[in-house]
Amino acid sequence: MQIKSPTFLRSLTQTLVLPLLSVVTAVLVGSLFMLLNGYNPLAAYAGMLDGAFGSPTSVARTLLSAIPLLFSGLSVAFAFKGGLFNIGGEGQLFLGAVASAWVGVAFAGLPGVIHMTLAVLAGFIAGALWGGISGALKAYTGAHEVITTIMLNNLAIILAGWLVSQGGEGQTPGPLRDPDPLNIVPRTAQVAESARLPVLFKLGSESINFGLILAILAILIIWWLVWRSTFGFELRMVGLNPSAGKYAGVNVKRTTITTMAIAGGLAALAGAIETLGRNYYFAPNFNTGYGFDGIAVALLGKSHPLGVGLSAVLFGAMDAGTTRMQLAARVPSEIIQIVQALVLVFIAAPEIIRFIYRMRLEKEERAALSAGWGQR
Amino acid sequence: MSDIVLEVRGITKRFPGVLANDQVDLTLRQGEILALLGENGAGKSTLMNIVYGLYHPDEGELLVKGQAVKLNGPRDAIGRGIGMVHQHFQLIPVMTVAENVVLGEEVVRAGGVLDRAKAEQRVRDLSHQYGLEVDPAAIIEELPVGTQQRVEIVKALYRKAEILILDEPTAVLTPQEGEELFAIMRELAARGVSIIFISHKLKEVLAVATRIMVMRAGRVVGEAEPAEATEASLASMMVGRDVILQVPKAPAKPGDVVLHVDALTALDDRKHQAVSGVSFEVRAGEILGIAGVQGNGQTELVEVLTGLRASGGGRVTIGGRDLTHATARDYTLAGGAHIPEDRHRYGMVLQYTVADNLVLNYYFQAPFARGLQVNQPAVDANAVQQVKAFDIRTPTIDTRGGSLSGGNQQKVVVAREVSRPIKLLIASQPTRGLDVGSIEYIHRQIVVQRDAGCAVLLVSAELDEIMALSDRIAVMYKGQILATLAAADATREQLGLLMAGVH
Repeated sequence: MQIKSPTFLRSLTQTLVLPLLSVVTAVLVGSLFMLLNGYNPLAAYAGMLDGAFGSPTSVARTLLSAIPLLFSGLSVAFAFKGGLFNIGGEGQLFLGAVASAWVGVAFAGLPGVIHMTLAVLAGFIAGALWGGISGALKAYTGAHEVITTIMLNNLAIILAGWLVSQGGEGQTPGPLRDPDPLNIVPRTAQVAESARLPVLFKLGSESINFGLILAILAILIIWWLVWRSTFGFELRMVGLNPSAGKYAGVNVKRTTITTMAIAGGLAALAGAIETLGRNYYFAPNFNTGYGFDGIAVALLGKSHPLGVGLSAVLFGAMDAGTTRMQLAARVPSEIIQIVQALVLVFIAAPEIIRFIYRMRLEKEERAALSAGWGQR
Repeated sequence: MSDIVLEVRGITKRFPGVLANDQVDLTLRQGEILALLGENGAGKSTLMNIVYGLYHPDEGELLVKGQAVKLNGPRDAIGRGIGMVHQHFQLIPVMTVAENVVLGEEVVRAGGVLDRAKAEQRVRDLSHQYGLEVDPAAIIEELPVGTQQRVEIVKALYRKAEILILDEPTAVLTPQEGEELFAIMRELAARGVSIIFISHKLKEVLAVATRIMVMRAGRVVGEAEPAEATEASLASMMVGRDVILQVPKAPAKPGDVVLHVDALTALDDRKHQAVSGVSFEVRAGEILGIAGVQGNGQTELVEVLTGLRASGGGRVTIGGRDLTHATARDYTLAGGAHIPEDRHRYGMVLQYTVADNLVLNYYFQAPFARGLQVNQPAVDANAVQQVKAFDIRTPTIDTRGGSLSGGNQQKVVVAREVSRPIKLLIASQPTRGLDVGSIEYIHRQIVVQRDAGCAVLLVSAELDEIMALSDRIAVMYKGQILATLAAADATREQLGLLMAGVH
């Protein structure tokens, strides 16, 4: 008997083929849309590529979008490995941003490294608590995490908004609102220098901050946690077959709560890094939907940390390239949203891609698919 | 011959890496009950799925009533009068019998309204015609499994099936329900329905078939008349070597009490009392068999003992330690092993590799865990050793558990549970759905554990299994133990009566 299957490389390429074909097909179908509407797809995609990778500044913009997308994508992917669907990334991200801004402002005077670490941790913990609520509700009452995370999204966004709200007309301003009377925008004060993520290097006119290192670390840590740690062994077991988890002596309730907490913390880090690395304050309008885009990023990345990294870069590039595409080919930004949506459609409905490219479905894969989301 | 209703000629079907059917020929005459006998993976189901139009053969042809046909799915097969009852019923639990029967071919009144009364009448007519007792207005989920199966048969007959394929029909039935099914099969055959009956159980094949065809490794290896065949001759044809149907074992040498259960109660999933005050003990070096018709509280009893279900009262000790409210982890750490009745639900994670499944419930202990990390080299080394020691047929140790055959999956579970130092082994339906070769192997392992001084609690709905292995036999009925007998004194008749609640 062979000890190990020699097919590791083959299965790796097989994993990559489907997302790649989905992207390619989405781009082709997107071209069709543009042609039908009288736009030049070649010019549009050239513009997009230029806007995403054409200059140091555009590469930087791609990266800066990719970092928060990576965290929110990892959040969804990690929860998914534990059989949970975290749609609460958006709310968790808001709370992460507020919490890190609060620590960044309130604890000014602490030494640099400590202050920064505390601020990042505060963001993670805020998201972990928020995600943990959904986990606990699932574990103890059976409430479905899809419902509770969506509800908690609204709650988190409103809470964050109130914390920095304007007040006026007899209302007191939110407790975290910038006390400076000259500032008429609802936002926190600027975080202290000591809490800000250091700039690693300049790329064109943009600065890449320490968030990039955190992103790479996150990929490695999550990979280790899911595939190498005993916790990951339990997490995946509970995700694939909770009954077997119970049989194997895993505390299924605790694992569910921990999984949602870590997922919440990961999404919150996206907000913390945006706040501490780019904006230096929290304002409720800071976010461009990174939390929800995380679902798409995780799906395209097949919930593998490395795949999520690649797909975050792709989505980051699409974000960064949109403006340039609009200018170069006069294509409205909605078109790029169509392409993004098409990628998702093809990923979520792999049968379409398999049909188009006449791919055969392996038996094992079919079993894995049918045991996918929504099984519990 | 004109009475041949179905003919299969030279069918070959390949799957990636497997030759599932290799030049298979088969003929079915009107009114016959043809048993298709073979181990798991012998190609019986593949062949029947081809006949039912679910698979296309790579080579060969199919003749229905002398006419060559090409089936593009079950609908075509049904159109040709071929019906199939699958192992897993295709019924909608919340709908009535009549609704399930007519589903897809509804009787409608003008305006497309379902004519319920007429549907129920048709079902009633069919049940009278073939002696299949079913209440057309009953809700499926409230019916016992045996009756649900009858509904499946009515469904096929409603669609005018003349050829009926039954895939492992007795796998889900109690012995009594099995007998009832056989009576129905004989009745159907007498009325001209031709039946193909897939099975790997020798006794029932001999009891009900009019002709037996044996398959092995994708080929037909022989045919037999039930009058001339014996269990032993069929088993060796099936497995390809002589098989010992009764595992040899020496008299037990019982030692100290290991498992002590006192007045234990438990609720089932619907919060009804399932175990009502059960007391017994199992000593080191003996096998206590718990016989009983399925659904008399055995499942719940085992779940409470192994930490999967909360106990409602009473006391459980293992080796003197109180484990009444133990978790599954506590049970494992106390030296307990558990071969669960449903290996797909509890026994393994189908998507995990064989190696990971072999450490499924003690991955957290040295040497398989090192700090917070899984020690993969140790897990793999363990797998190599177990695969060899327990003769688990798998291409590699990182093949997914789900792609092994049922017998090999069960070997994975058994290997994992008995290869560590244990004091108590609880085996629940350990050979359900397995082929003769695997049953023999697993029975041997259970006896080996007993002889090594392990206390064994065996729960099985198969009376043959209980009688073959147990040193003492307890019969469970409606949540209680009616009697405990020495195996040497127990007779089938006596146990059968106790199982029916008579004492």
